[in-house]
Amino acid sequence: MKIAVCIYEGPYNHEASDSAYNFIKAAIDKGHEIQGIFFYHDGVYNVTKLMEPPQDDRHIANRWSALGATGIDIVVCIAAAKRRGIVDDVLVPNVRISGLGQLTMMTIQADRMVVFGD
Amino acid sequence: MAEEIKKIMFTVRKPPHGSIYVYEGLEVKLIMAAYDADISVVFMDDGVYALKQGQDTKELGIKGFAATYGALMDYEIQKVYVDRHSMEIRGMTEDDLLIIGEDEETEEPVKPQVIDSQAIAAMMAEQHNILSF
Repeated sequence: MKIAVCIYEGPYNHEASDSAYNFIKAAIDKGHEIQGIFFYHDGVYNVTKLMEPPQDDRHIANRWSALGATGIDIVVCIAAAKRRGIVDDVLVPNVRISGLGQLTMMTIQADRMVVFGD
Repeated sequence: MAEEIKKIMFTVRKPPHGSIYVYEGLEVKLIMAAYDADISVVFMDDGVYALKQGQDTKELGIKGFAATYGALMDYEIQKVYVDRHSMEIRGMTEDDLLIIGEDEETEEPVKPQVIDSQAIAAMMAEQHNILSF
C-alpha cells in the first residue's frame, strides 16, 4: 500500500512526531511504500538543524534526515514554515521546503493519508 | 486513460480560535480546491463554531478568517456540510450559520448544508482520503 504521512505537531512537545516515525518504520518493515511525509502547522519545527537535544535523548531532526536519505520525500510546508521562521538555511539535509500542492498530490496519489497531531 | 477523480474530505473539528489548526486548515482547502479532486468539507464538534456568522476577532488581536468562508464557493468548494447534532448541542441553529457564496442561477445566498451524523458517516466511507483540522 502507498502511504502518505502528515505531521501537525512540533518535536519533543508532543508525541505526534515520534508516533509518526515509529509508524513509518513499521510500515516500511511490513513492505508498504511511503509516498511522502509532509510537515504542517508546528510540525515544520521537526527538521531544523538548530535543535540540540541532550545527548542521551533521540535527535528528532537527524532521525527524519536519515529517513530522507533513504529516498523518502520529506516536505515542509512553505507557508507554515515562513510563519515560524523555518527557512532552507536551517533545514537538516534530505528534506525540502515546498507548497501545499505537494500535500495535495500526496493525498491524491497515496492509498492512505495518515495524520499525526491533535 | 484519465485518472479517476479522487474524493477528498476535510473535517473541521476544532474551534476556530485558540489554535491555528482551523485557519491553516482553511489554507489547505483553498489550495487543494485548485486541483482535480472532489472536495468536501464537514464541520463537526467544536468546528461548527467556525461557521458562526458575526465573528469579531478584534479583541483577540488576531486576523480573523471567517470572511474567507464567505468565498468558499468562489474557490469551487461547493460541498460544505455541518453536523446537525454538533450544532444543536452547542445551541446553534441554521440561522447562526454564515453564508458561503451565492447560487449561480438564482443568486440566492447559500449556507452550509446541515446533515445528520449518519449521512456524514456514509460520505466518509466513500472518501479516498480524509484530512482533519
